[in-house]
Amino acid sequence: MIDWLIKILMLASAAFMLLAAVGIVRLPDLLTRMHATTKAGALGVALMMLAVALHFADSVVSAKTLAVILFIFITAPIAAHVIGRAGYFTGLPLCEQTIKDELVDCYDEKSHRLLSGLETEEELEAYRQNLDMKPRIRTKAQRLE
Amino acid sequence: MQLVIYLTFAILSLAMILVFVRLMIGPTLPDRVVALELLASIMVGMIGAYAIYTNRTGFLDVAIVMALTAFLAAVGFARFLERGGPRHD
Repeated sequence: MIDWLIKILMLASAAFMLLAAVGIVRLPDLLTRMHATTKAGALGVALMMLAVALHFADSVVSAKTLAVILFIFITAPIAAHVIGRAGYFTGLPLCEQTIKDELVDCYDEKSHRLLSGLETEEELEAYRQNLDMKPRIRTKAQRLE
Repeated sequence: MQLVIYLTFAILSLAMILVFVRLMIGPTLPDRVVALELLASIMVGMIGAYAIYTNRTGFLDVAIVMALTAFLAAVGFARFLERGGPRHD
């Protein structure tokens, strides 16, 4: 019974990983590729670790596999977020079928901050005055100043 | 059981080859970083399958370290890109 469950989990994990790999090869631009890899890859790792925990049926091994699953589920969205942000910010071309780019002109080139585009005049004024005080990320232009 | 494990290894190897193709042709650096991260995820899965295959629990520590380093590499590359490093390798 448990044996069958392990077999199914392993094959499902491998299938999800293969799906992620096919996605990263076939999809057209960076954001869609990340959409394929982060979710399917994380699920694949989680299923495989579940199979390992069931196979060994031991408390220490279960704790380790749980640590891996938790770690993957915490870090995969963070890594995807920072790479997507960096990719968008460096101006990667989006896929030609993209219908709408919500972030267009919302990023401030200098401070790397995101504006919603719905700020009132006062908010924008306060934002401009704080611009030089604490830049979140140093850019090349700021270093040269 | 043995057959299923071999099948898993075969599928994961095929996935690794596909990701490697993207790593080679990926037009920009962020594409390659995404491919590297997925490669590390597949490696973690493969290490899990290998732990079942050899019936040894020690390999799980390797899986933990692999997941950790992959995350650090991704964050480091993203930081590098945002600060304005070379974009087209």
